[in-house]
Parts: sequence; structure tokens; C-alpha cells
Amino acid sequence: MSALHHASLGQLSRLLARREVSAEALARLYLDRMAAHGDLNAFLDVRPEVTLAQARAADARIAAGEAGPLTGLPIAHKDIFVTRDFASTAGSRMLAGYMSPFDATVVERLAAAGMVTLGKLNCDEFAMGSSNENSAYGNVLNPWDRQAVPGGSSGGSSAAVAARIAPVATATDTGGSIREPAAFTGVTGVKPTYGRPSRWGMIAFASSLDTAGLITLSAEDAALVLGAMTGFDPRDSTSVQRPPEDYTRELHTPVKGLRVGVPKEFFGTGLQPDVEAAVRAALAQFVALGATLVELSLPNAELGIPVYYVVAPAECSSNLSRFDGVRYGHRAARYADLADMVKKSRTEGLGAEPKRRILVGTYVLSHGYYDAYYLKAQRVRRLIAEDFARAFEHCDLIAGPVTTSVAFDFGDKAADPTAMYLSDLYTIPGSLAGIPSMSIPCGFGAKGRPVGLQLMANHFHEARMLGAAHQYQLATDWHTRVPAGF
Amino acid sequence: MQWELVIGLETHAQLSTVSKIFSGAATAFGASPNTQASVVDLALPGVLPVLNRGAVERAIRFGLAVGATINRRSIFARKNYFYPDLPKGYQISQYEIPVVQGGGLSIRTDAGEKLVRLTRAHLEEDAGKSLHEDFAGMSGIDLNRAGTPLLEIVSEPDLRSAAEAVAYARTLHALVRWIGICDGNMQEGSFRCDANVSVRPLGSTTLGTRCEIKNLNSFRFLEQAICFEAARQIELIEDGGAVIQETRLYDPERDQTRAMRSKEDAQDYRYFPDPDLLPLEIADDWIETVRAALPELPEAMRERFKTEHGLPDQDAAALTASRELADYFTALVAELPGEAKLAANWLMGEVSARLNRADIGIEAAPVPAPALAGLLRRVKDGTLSGKMAKEVFEAMWAGEGEADHIIAARGLQQISDSGELERIIDAVLAANGKSVEEFRAGKDKAFNALVGQAMKATRGKANPAQVNEILKRKLAD
Repeated sequence: MSALHHASLGQLSRLLARREVSAEALARLYLDRMAAHGDLNAFLDVRPEVTLAQARAADARIAAGEAGPLTGLPIAHKDIFVTRDFASTAGSRMLAGYMSPFDATVVERLAAAGMVTLGKLNCDEFAMGSSNENSAYGNVLNPWDRQAVPGGSSGGSSAAVAARIAPVATATDTGGSIREPAAFTGVTGVKPTYGRPSRWGMIAFASSLDTAGLITLSAEDAALVLGAMTGFDPRDSTSVQRPPEDYTRELHTPVKGLRVGVPKEFFGTGLQPDVEAAVRAALAQFVALGATLVELSLPNAELGIPVYYVVAPAECSSNLSRFDGVRYGHRAARYADLADMVKKSRTEGLGAEPKRRILVGTYVLSHGYYDAYYLKAQRVRRLIAEDFARAFEHCDLIAGPVTTSVAFDFGDKAADPTAMYLSDLYTIPGSLAGIPSMSIPCGFGAKGRPVGLQLMANHFHEARMLGAAHQYQLATDWHTRVPAGF
Repeated sequence: MQWELVIGLETHAQLSTVSKIFSGAATAFGASPNTQASVVDLALPGVLPVLNRGAVERAIRFGLAVGATINRRSIFARKNYFYPDLPKGYQISQYEIPVVQGGGLSIRTDAGEKLVRLTRAHLEEDAGKSLHEDFAGMSGIDLNRAGTPLLEIVSEPDLRSAAEAVAYARTLHALVRWIGICDGNMQEGSFRCDANVSVRPLGSTTLGTRCEIKNLNSFRFLEQAICFEAARQIELIEDGGAVIQETRLYDPERDQTRAMRSKEDAQDYRYFPDPDLLPLEIADDWIETVRAALPELPEAMRERFKTEHGLPDQDAAALTASRELADYFTALVAELPGEAKLAANWLMGEVSARLNRADIGIEAAPVPAPALAGLLRRVKDGTLSGKMAKEVFEAMWAGEGEADHIIAARGLQQISDSGELERIIDAVLAANGKSVEEFRAGKDKAFNALVGQAMKATRGKANPAQVNEILKRKLAD
């Protein structure tokens, strides 16, 4: 092991338990790295005194013999999660400096496990975007190539983990916002089953899709943290009542005999040859490990994008109505009356992409259009979910590309929302079905930029998915590659 | 031309839960502004609603009480609009599938009994309150009321007069209090009505264009608003105009309605199912549990009072006007077997009058049922005349104790001892020879004078019937 910041969470956990490194020293290491790589713009709020106080508390727990496996491990949170100790902006000017009186459940659970918060991570405004270019606080740079986007909306999370300035980060995925940035920055990103992690304290974008997850350096790291992060929460009505589970339990299950479904719709026109080559090689690796490939079809998957861009904007148009300048957040300095105050505050406080989606969402929910757009989209959404249900009768996992291409350059798609929306072609179907899925690094494509392999599993089969990913990562070293200079 | 009114009411009943419909904050009225607003009620970033089962249970209670269908699966929807006292920018309500569907309410007016069909009743949350005064050019927002659970009860357009509308509202008001789902406090806004009013030529079967009059928070305003609105529409049509569908406000100061907004500027609320809440599923056994705990309903109790106690319909109806009154009556007759009519007369007469004077409900009366029974026993056994009983009742009301104690302390026993009465009357006859002569000469009035003298001699304690009888006998001698 070259340096602590290249260690796995398991290794760090053992060092902490044996008191070979203190939580405080580990926190200082990462705070220093964050400061040294501030140009990445991954962090929006850093408060070393808060972080160090948490680290010292973790050390006290370890000393008292009251520590768990995560106690003292540093973590950074996507700014979509509200936090008491750090500002929570959702990447929006609307919430500049907003301090929440409570912690999100995900944050609360990880803090209860003893994890130490490094700060809040940049993201696309209200998690709307695929390149992090929609943050009101500037672009996050991709550690592999500063011309390339880090992906979105969890661009701060992916860049921070790729740059090893945070060993693990929370993230959120609505249509691909964990998996796409993970693929673009060569790290592991996991979106669990919808309803498994609580949404309490996640600033809502599209409530029926928003799912908390993790960005890590490996599947093994993700499996270690996911159990502490998820579980039933009575404050979230869509939270699933199931007993907690140990997501590491299948890490050592061999891949032999695993049936890996390969949907032909994920290898159609639009998929760039460099990405296809890396993904096909990864599939071959699974075969080499003893898995069998099952050709299958998800006939309605290609309708995912139109369905998503009806459902998500509809929900967001309503979810973002609370940002009216009345109780908190940005309020215009000058206005004529109450209605004008709301209008001006929103005009000034919200960026172009949220406004675009609010317009689309308002339109599709309007009287006379609701049936043709929203209801029809919901019907097709069910068809897509049924496609997956049928597919999982013939396979244990589904594998394919995460994105059509490697990370694109800043500005390439910013002026063309439709092209940008197509970035989520392969990730949206799984989001609409609410199934767990993840991205793991599987090679490099054009300009030496990373390629991600997407794995998808049936509802609540996270452990099987993480196990297969771990077996792949035992046989390959893509996930250990470090961008130059980090 | 003869016109017919067509009225339907939408009533908002605030449900009597301790906490709000989607948060744990208290619902108590009158707290200082924004002290009963949780992070959920304030719609802070990241909060989510969790349905209060107590509100659902009350909706089920209502549905069962009006013979409606309880939908086993209903949906919460978002009603989207901007208003400063609507924190989320949408209200959580039920739209396409409400929890309660159908049912009916039997009302009584001078014209007789009538069944008013209900369309639906659905659960929703209340908004906060905007305070436009006291802030010098600014508005204050109080979110204590935001998230208070409401049951919106919608009637079919079955009502044909202001009197019927008021009878319906009163019956509904009594029912929601009877089954304990709403405190019915209209001043505090716990029970308020919107009236949809239209007119049509008598005999027509098509509906006229309706206007909705919002937020009528007293039965009197409801009646006045409908009367004004109907007259306005009739005049408009008779003058060759047409009614425009619009929302109107009733101004009690001027006794008129005025336009608030027309259909053209009606908002598009963009209803859609709330993705934060799962469909509301109600299991059969929950419904059965609620049914088992439901009290006897006013209509059933009215019939029982008629058959069990032989009371006339009017008495039975009056005694079941509220659960408190019915409970009081039930406790009273339990102490006075066979004297239901006496008990009913007292409750509807003396007791009601006294309650009205004090402006309190029967539940707050200082004379509880067993104490009143003690008094009525003395009426029944002839100890007290009606007049004396009223005096004792006043003393009991003033807290002087039990009836027997007051009777003894004031020496109020009616003199029914015939020996003693005969002696007194003999003395009266001896002292009033002139009246005796006049009576015997055919002047009937003289008899009354003699009764008066006998009563005076006993300081009003003589049993009047006995005095009459003894006098008649002695004068006939």
C-alpha cells in the first residue's frame, strides 16, 4: 500500500481499530488533500473544526471500545442531503447558505455509525444534470482530464472519490446521477433499490425516482457502508419495511454459474465503439470467471427517456414550488407585491435547467394534457418495469454500458438539452423500474477517459450485484487506477 | 315565473386529531403564531409527509355513519398553486379516488323529512393563515393551521331552499360532533361551508349556471348568503342577463355576495398523485373495528326514544339534537323510570332556557342528571309545585346543593296534608264572607279570589289542585 488515501475502507477500518491511525489523523489527511485539490471544485462547504470534532469523538469511541467497523472513516456528502453542521444548497443559488435544523436520515445513520463528515459536495442544481455544469457554484473538474465533465448530477461525489480526496461519498440517483458520474471518473457507484434508503432530508427532485447511494473506490467498500446507510425509516412513507441486511454477505460468492443478461437494446446505434469494446471485454471477463451470458430484450427500455422527461419534470415542478422566498432561501430585494416577490425570487434564485424542467412539468400536468403525457408516461413506466421483471426470470444480473460515450468535454452538450438528456439512455430504465444498479470501472476509451460497466439486479438483490462486482474487481485492476497527480 | 333553487354544499370539518395530518405538530387552536409548525409544516427542504392514521380512522367513522362506501384504496394527490401561506406550493388532498364515496344524510324541515345524497368525503390538509393587518405594508404568515386535518364533505345538489341548506348543515354539524370526529367550533373555523347555488325555472330538470360562495362560517351567514345569491341570480336572469360561473364571497356587513374570481381565471391545479405517499389502503378488519366502536347514531336513538319511552317524534328529535343532550336525557330517565315525558319537558323547557341564558352547553350545566332527577322526584311525588320546582332548580343552578336540601332549608314543601289544608281553608272562608256570598250569587271570579287567599295563607305552598277540590266541596255544602 503506497499511501493511506489509496487504502480500501476495510484496510482503513482495521488500522483505526488497531489504533495504528487515529480518526483525527485520517480526517486531517483528507482535509489537507481537499485543500490541495481545491481547484477541482468538488466541495461546496468545508468546516475543518466540525470535521475534526467529529473525528475526535470517533477516536474517543474507539478508545472506549464502542466503535463499529465504520467509526472514524471519513465520508463526504452530496449537497442534496441536508445537514445541521454544513450549509445545504442543492447546488442552487436559491439555497445559498441555507442551514438545515436537522440531518438527513442517511447522514444521521452514517454519523451514528461513527463516520466523520468531510464536507458537502458540489452537484448539479437540485440534482438536475449529467455534467455538473448546472451547479450555481461552478463546474467540478474531472480528475482524469480537466477538459472533461465529471458527470452529473453527483459530479462532486465522483470527482472527490476519483481524486482520493474523500474515500467514500454519498450521492443520489434519479435517472443516472450516481452511475453516470461514476463511469465518467472511473469509480464505483451504487444505486440501491428505490425505498431501501430513506429520502428524509434529501432535497427532492423527482420523488418517485430519487434514491440515495454511494460512490466508492470498490464494490467491497460500497458493501461495507451500504448496510449502515439504508433501512426502514418511519419518516419516509415510501421507505420499505424490511429487516436490515449485511451487503457484504455475497462478496465471496463465486461468479461461476451466474446468468448475466445482456439486453440487445443497450448495444444499439449511438453506443460508441470504445465504450462497447470495454464493456464487451468486461462481459468476456465474467464468462472467464464462469458466468454465462443470456441474450435478452428490454423492448420498452428505449421509451425510458421520453417517460423520464415527463415524470421527473412533473414531480420536480411541484417539488420545487416550496422555494418561493417566503420562509427561507433567496428572496428578491425589490418587488411590488406578494405575487411579484415569489416570481422575482424564483426567477433570480433558480437556474436555467430547473426552470426548463419546471416549465415542462407544469405543461405535462396541465388540464387537458395530463392524460396524454403524465398518465401515458406512468403506463409506459409500468411496461418498462415489467420488461425487467420478465428479464430477471432468465438471468441473475443484467450487464451493459452505463453511457454511450466516455466523458464529454465541458460545453459540448450544454447548449443542447436533448443531447444532454440522451446521456442517461442506459441508466434511466433501471431508475424507472426502481431496481438496484451500479457502475464499475472496466477500462478506458477515447482520450484515456474511463469507461463504466453497468450491473443491474432485481429489487433487493443488492448483495448479489455487489458480490459479482467484487469478484470482477478481484480479477481486474481498473478500479485501482489513479488519475495522474492524485 | 316561479324559480327553484338548487344548492349543494361543500363542508370542511376539521378532524379532532391531536396532531396534524402529515406531521407530529399539535393542532390546538389559539397558540402564538408559528409555534405549532414543525419542519414538515414549514416545508423545509428534505421533509416528507407521513399520514396520521387517526385522521383516516375519523374519515372511516364518518363514512360508516352516513352509509357510504369506504374505498379500500384511495389516493392522495397534490393540488398545486402558489400562495404565501401554502408552504409547499401545493396542498395534499384527495382528487380522483376519495376515502369516502356516496352515502346520505336525512334532514328535517317544516316541509318534512328528506334524504340528501352525499357525493364524497375526502381527506386533505389545511393551509396556514395570512395576516394582512398589523404589519404596516407587510403580511404576516402563521403556519400553525398548516397541515391541520380536514374532511371535505361534498353533497349532491339536492337542496332546494336556504332552509334545507341550513337544516343539512345543522344535521351534518350535529353528526360530526356526535361521532366525535370534529369539535364543530364554527368561530374557530372547525366547521365551514362553501355553497354552490344556482336557480332554474320550477319544473325544469336541467341545472342552471352555479356560483360558489366560499367560507360561510355560521348557519345564519349560510342562510343569508344563499338568499341573497338566489335573489341576485333570479333578478339577473329576469332582466335578460345570464349568470356567470364564478366564485363569490359573502360579506355579512353588507349582506351581499361579491365576485372573487370567474371560471376564466380559475387556476389549473395540476393535480397528480403525490409520489411521497403510498396509496391509502384500508383493510376490512380496520373498518369493522371502527364500526364496532361507533356510537348509536342520532336517527336510531330518536326512534328508540319514541318506542322505548313513548316520546312524541318532536321530543325525540329535540333530545337527539346533540350527543351531550341525549346522554344527559338517558342518564336522567335511568334515575326516573317511567317519567320520560316529565324529564323531556324539563330538559327542553326549563333546562334549555337556563342553558341558553348562560350560553353554555348541557355538558357544562352545573346541575348534573342525577341531581335534576332528585328535583323531578319531588315534582312527581307532589312535594313541589311547578313554580316551586323552578325556584329550587335556580337554587341548584346557583350551587346551593341537592333539591331535598334546598326544599328543607327554604321550607318549600308543598302542603298536601288535607287536614291542614282543610283547617286553612276554613279560616279563609270565615275571613272572606263577602267573597263566599258573591260566589254563591253566581260570581265565578270570587272562587279565584278564594283560591288566591288560600295560596297566600300558605305562602304559595298549598297544592293548588287540592285547594280547588276542598274549596269546591266546602262551597257546595
